[in-house]
Amino acid sequence: MSQDDPKRHPADRRRFLTQSAAAAAGLLAGSGTPGRGWAEEASPPDIPPWMKAPGADVGSQTYGQPSRFESGLIRNVPKVLKQYTSASSRTPLQDLDGILTPNGLFYERHHGGIPDIDPAQHRLLVHGLVETPLVLTQDDIRRFPSESRIHFLECSGNPGFEAIKAGRTASDLVGLVSCAEWTGVRLATVLREAGLKPDARWVVAEGADAAAMTRSIPIAKCLDDALLVYSQNGERLRPQQGYPLRVLLPGFEGNMSVKWLRRLNVTAEPAFSREETAKYTDLMPDGTARQFTFVMEAKSIITRPSGTQRIAPGFHEITGLAWTGRGKITSVQVSVDAGRTWQDAALQEPVLNRALTRFRLPWTWNGEPTTIASRAIDETGYVQPSFEGLVSIRGLNSFYHNNAVVPWRIAASGEVANGYA
Amino acid sequence: MATLEERALIAALFLFATTAAADAAERLGIGRPAAEAEIAAWNIDIDRDGRKLPPGSGSVAQGRSVFEAQCASCHGSHGEGGTGERLVGGQGTLATVKPIKTVGSFWPYAPTLFDYIRRAMPLNAPQSLSDADVYAVSAYILHLNGVVADGAVLDAGTLAAIRMPNRDGFVADPRPDVKP
Repeated sequence: MSQDDPKRHPADRRRFLTQSAAAAAGLLAGSGTPGRGWAEEASPPDIPPWMKAPGADVGSQTYGQPSRFESGLIRNVPKVLKQYTSASSRTPLQDLDGILTPNGLFYERHHGGIPDIDPAQHRLLVHGLVETPLVLTQDDIRRFPSESRIHFLECSGNPGFEAIKAGRTASDLVGLVSCAEWTGVRLATVLREAGLKPDARWVVAEGADAAAMTRSIPIAKCLDDALLVYSQNGERLRPQQGYPLRVLLPGFEGNMSVKWLRRLNVTAEPAFSREETAKYTDLMPDGTARQFTFVMEAKSIITRPSGTQRIAPGFHEITGLAWTGRGKITSVQVSVDAGRTWQDAALQEPVLNRALTRFRLPWTWNGEPTTIASRAIDETGYVQPSFEGLVSIRGLNSFYHNNAVVPWRIAASGEVANGYA
Repeated sequence: MATLEERALIAALFLFATTAAADAAERLGIGRPAAEAEIAAWNIDIDRDGRKLPPGSGSVAQGRSVFEAQCASCHGSHGEGGTGERLVGGQGTLATVKPIKTVGSFWPYAPTLFDYIRRAMPLNAPQSLSDADVYAVSAYILHLNGVVADGAVLDAGTLAAIRMPNRDGFVADPRPDVKP
């Protein structure tokens, strides 16, 4: 951000263009003389060292890694937790482009650590209210008809209600969302292979982790768009994302997409496991708690400019991400005047069902302090609420399912900060 | 709220019912049948009514010593919390500005306590406690919360019969609930 050009007078702009052309012509001609004016201070050597010797050999990295100059692009891991066995790390949303999250930067939420599973020793048991209980190997799973789809996955507490004031970066605030292309078999296909009995209403999924993570999934979701996934962005799932097999429930809170899947128990009732009673229920001001709050409602965030970045007056492309668990995003509105007016951002095609959607809006900052924010609208007509609106209904103790608008405050210095802080 | 979700469920079930016959013919013959003994060995799910609780029993007194050895280092000797969650107290706080959610104040079903301890605790050695120890620790935690007496012994019948203080504290999801 610090490299942005200061506000430029039109005459300066003309000079810039002329000199750019001259500099380009000079480089093309191979003159070897340094550029002049603005180019002189900004230019690297005319013939940089990496052009004067062969680079690294083909195959010098058998699994390619990012440039060493991108070593700062890493997961956002909280610094001082009591323990890291049941915890989460966030995707650095503000440093990514497009809608697909690199596998190594996909957010993490584990309840009993990351198991190290040998797929040859892993089995999926399908039992309960089925005609034929089945044991499936990984090879078996991969024999079923497959399907690939792009979907987001989001933790239900992204962020908690009080935490919205504490986060500094876009990642701190909503980095528990990521998006990938998933490949696997429809859960419905596997359930039909076992044969559902008529009173099947829920499927209890269990992970092969140290938490034996357990969530109950309504049969309608299982027979609709649920997948059993073995690949993510083209390669096998990473251990952090459930290798070798996980559930994927598009649009539902992330923990229900049980990782390291080892068992599907078809039942008439939910399990009422700890993770759907004591946890992942939403406490209301009257002391009751909402249960089975599956859907992640529409949300968006501006990822650039965003918290801890610094901008200079002049042109900026405002960009960010929007998503909804109820289908497709239909529009994203952006305000650059603290919510007084809103304008439609452009949506990057293709806009996909239950996937991250990239939005953009060209903007010229005049250097005066302001607040920018985005709000998402989905195909059901649902509009992403303000934090005040959410709190007026749900209070501050429900923790999960905070999908409030995130405002970024821009100071006269150009520093961008959490508008709630 | 009779609701999109419910209608979707009904629609899905109808779809299932009408296509079940066709499905039977479409089976792909992938995988192998699971044996009953295999299922029994794998299946550790306990429902909220406790109908799947295993044989065995444990007392509050036994639970106190198991808890001290296996649980107290994280949860505190009296379940007051530490690196692990607070397990005790908080009854009557759920509707206040500082709600304290514990087994005693928040958990709706006692059999879920058995299910969770057996599958996931202690954190460093899950599924290492015997069923008797799980009954005992459940009894001790419930005793610390004033739910069972000091002399209580819990088994499948007595654990399932416990009515937790917050049993009726849960409601269905009414969302969308917030207007812009």
